[in-house]
Amino acid sequence: MIMFWVAVLAISVLLYVLLDGFDLGVGILFGLARDEQRRDTMLSAVSPVWDGNETWLIVTGVILWGAFPPVYATLLSAFYLPLLLMLAGLILRGVAFEFRARAESSRWVWDIAFFGGSLVATFVQGMTVGALVQGLPIANGRYTGGDFGWLSPFALLCGVGLCLGYTLLGACWLVKKCEDKTRDGAYRLIPGLTIGLLVFLLVVFVYALADHLQVIDRWLQRPYLLIFPVVGVAAMAGLAHSVVRRRDGMPFSMVALTFAAAFGTLAISFWPYMIPFSITIQAAAAPHSSLAFMFWGEGLFVFPLMLIYAAVNYSVFRGKVSPAAEHY
Amino acid sequence: MDITALLLSRLQFAFTISFHIIFPSFTIGLAAWLTVLEALGLTTGRPAYRVVFEFWLKIFGVAFGLGVVSGVVMAFEFGTNWSELSRMSGPIQGPLLSYETFTAFFLEASFFGILLFGRSRVPPWLYLFSTAMVALGTTLSAFWIMVNNSWMQVPVGYTMVNRQFVPTDWLAILFSPVVWVRFPHMLLASYLTGASCVAATGAWYLLRGEYHAEARIMLRMGLFLAAVLVPAQLFFGHLVGDYVHDKQPAKFAAIEGRWHDEQPASEVLFALPDEATETDHYAISIPVLGSLIGSMSFTSKEVGLTDFPPQDRPPVAIPFFAFRIMVGCGMLMLFLAWYGSYLSLKERILEKRWMLWGIFLGFPLPWIAILTGWFTAEVGRQPWTVYGVLRTADAVTPFLTVREAAISLLVFCAVYSFIFAFGTFYIYRLLRAGPAGRLIDPPVGAIPNRPMSVVHHHAGSTVPAGE
Repeated sequence: MIMFWVAVLAISVLLYVLLDGFDLGVGILFGLARDEQRRDTMLSAVSPVWDGNETWLIVTGVILWGAFPPVYATLLSAFYLPLLLMLAGLILRGVAFEFRARAESSRWVWDIAFFGGSLVATFVQGMTVGALVQGLPIANGRYTGGDFGWLSPFALLCGVGLCLGYTLLGACWLVKKCEDKTRDGAYRLIPGLTIGLLVFLLVVFVYALADHLQVIDRWLQRPYLLIFPVVGVAAMAGLAHSVVRRRDGMPFSMVALTFAAAFGTLAISFWPYMIPFSITIQAAAAPHSSLAFMFWGEGLFVFPLMLIYAAVNYSVFRGKVSPAAEHY
Repeated sequence: MDITALLLSRLQFAFTISFHIIFPSFTIGLAAWLTVLEALGLTTGRPAYRVVFEFWLKIFGVAFGLGVVSGVVMAFEFGTNWSELSRMSGPIQGPLLSYETFTAFFLEASFFGILLFGRSRVPPWLYLFSTAMVALGTTLSAFWIMVNNSWMQVPVGYTMVNRQFVPTDWLAILFSPVVWVRFPHMLLASYLTGASCVAATGAWYLLRGEYHAEARIMLRMGLFLAAVLVPAQLFFGHLVGDYVHDKQPAKFAAIEGRWHDEQPASEVLFALPDEATETDHYAISIPVLGSLIGSMSFTSKEVGLTDFPPQDRPPVAIPFFAFRIMVGCGMLMLFLAWYGSYLSLKERILEKRWMLWGIFLGFPLPWIAILTGWFTAEVGRQPWTVYGVLRTADAVTPFLTVREAAISLLVFCAVYSFIFAFGTFYIYRLLRAGPAGRLIDPPVGAIPNRPMSVVHHHAGSTVPAGE
């Protein structure tokens, strides 16, 4: 029962990262694009799906609370200010989708809200993961770091890294969904973003070695974990190949695979901890009666339906968006 | 009172949840009403029902979107500000709220797209079914929220293991009698909110001499529905009072403004309760009525606040006044609904413009009643978060600083005011533009899960028409 909820949680987090990742990335690219027509096309490439994507964040939150209450309580209270920033960013960028189209003289307000909200939410997500990898100050199952205990150069670096990563994912999504100059512009950005991301990963690796982060020990103890980096490297090669050959559908899958590999690397190097290296899965799991109550309804029936529904939704909107459509 | 992280967290929760409840309370009722309209349109074939349906669907979209956005915050706030509560009660509250997310999300996401964009793509019965499923989704959402809150009011079906609430009997939690009076109470309140907004809009158009056919449907349906629902709501309100009387005597005494045991007890209609002297100033009260309301008896002894040690008493002023405002709104609604229905049946309502003004200006009454009702329930539960078991002071995140709590309160106030201003302005523009009277062409491609997009998609075709 515990493993079932670990799996559902992992699927939800991964789906969130991949799905909201690309639409947050498109939000960042939106801010970098100058011409109005390209901005409209970018919006239309994500607007039918973005709030379905974001729902996986809430699903992640409530599974954590129901199945692993101490993790929910510890993480959310530790990251108080970052989460506040993330929520404000997500709210403002969410309504920007809706208000921008009908604003006239105040359109610039919603342009800033969409770009700024996407950037802030992405940065915060990267930073919190970085702070987790480095290890939060925790004693007796309670966070002890104070207002800014999560703040470190490493966490900030990870924030920048995730901005690069989501932007790359967003660029690949635009390549997949758009045509003409929006697609070509995205193609031009992919090499730079990829190199930036690789440099970031290298810096993280060196930092982790230099700082003797505990995560590194796990990689040394468990050499089979190397399978994930290997998959990541192979996906990067596939990305290079597909960009050179201009195979529009492929770069997104390749970057998504890279993200999945990175996620797997992280998840398994945390194992069996949920908050490294202080709270284990076993210690965090809710009592059996809670997990079973969730399993026999939402776990067994509703969750598969949600996955099917998401798949159907994406298949309805498959193919390129038409540049002629003003908003979609 | 000192500014503490606890106080700021309470203010923040009160603010964010009050802001949030405005939208679901409206959309739950509206979704049910849309289902009725669609069914009527299908069975009678009258085009006016369809026009009214399409019109309110757009308003539904905006309100739904604001409800979704403000709901996201709620999913995080338990963990950020109330981490001790979420740690202890997570095994019970977590699964309940996860059911809320899963069931409501699934139904709404699946059928909302059809509702907004599928009119031309599905057979009429499926369209009606989709409307009903969206209504069911919003209702289920309210159900899980009420189960969760009722458990905090009257915790059942658990044992304590290592300072954690461990569920032992889910059936007792789901079928707690408290749930089954409070859930209908909330549901009726939502239906009344929808009915009163619809009637108010109809009255407004009639006052302006516009959209006569549609306005008449809105006014009559809204008033007739309210005429039936308000008495039912008063009845369920009484049942809710009964559970408070039996299970939360301190809250009951605070609502009644009763400081000392009385036998038979009088009922304080109005007073200025004074916690320092433990008395009511300027009290207007009726003898014996207190016993009658509390226990349906002429002789019963009713408990006063001084039976409880000061640290176990709720603040008195907020439950006392909030309750009276709620009941006052209920009485006003009863008058508007009954007299309005009577005039409407006699076809004399157009002559009584003051009544149309009253119905129009009365649209916020259900919202005021909902907010004050929740203030009564939640402030009256203090000093407990889980009644009788976990104090609010022990539920808050222990290391939360005043600085953090102040920053987050300010940020939420600023962001919510900003989006609320734009959202209400947009709903106002839609209402002002009115039911355009022509059916709106469904756009290309179903776009599920996009509550607010339907609005600006059609904005070009409807807004200029009214301006």
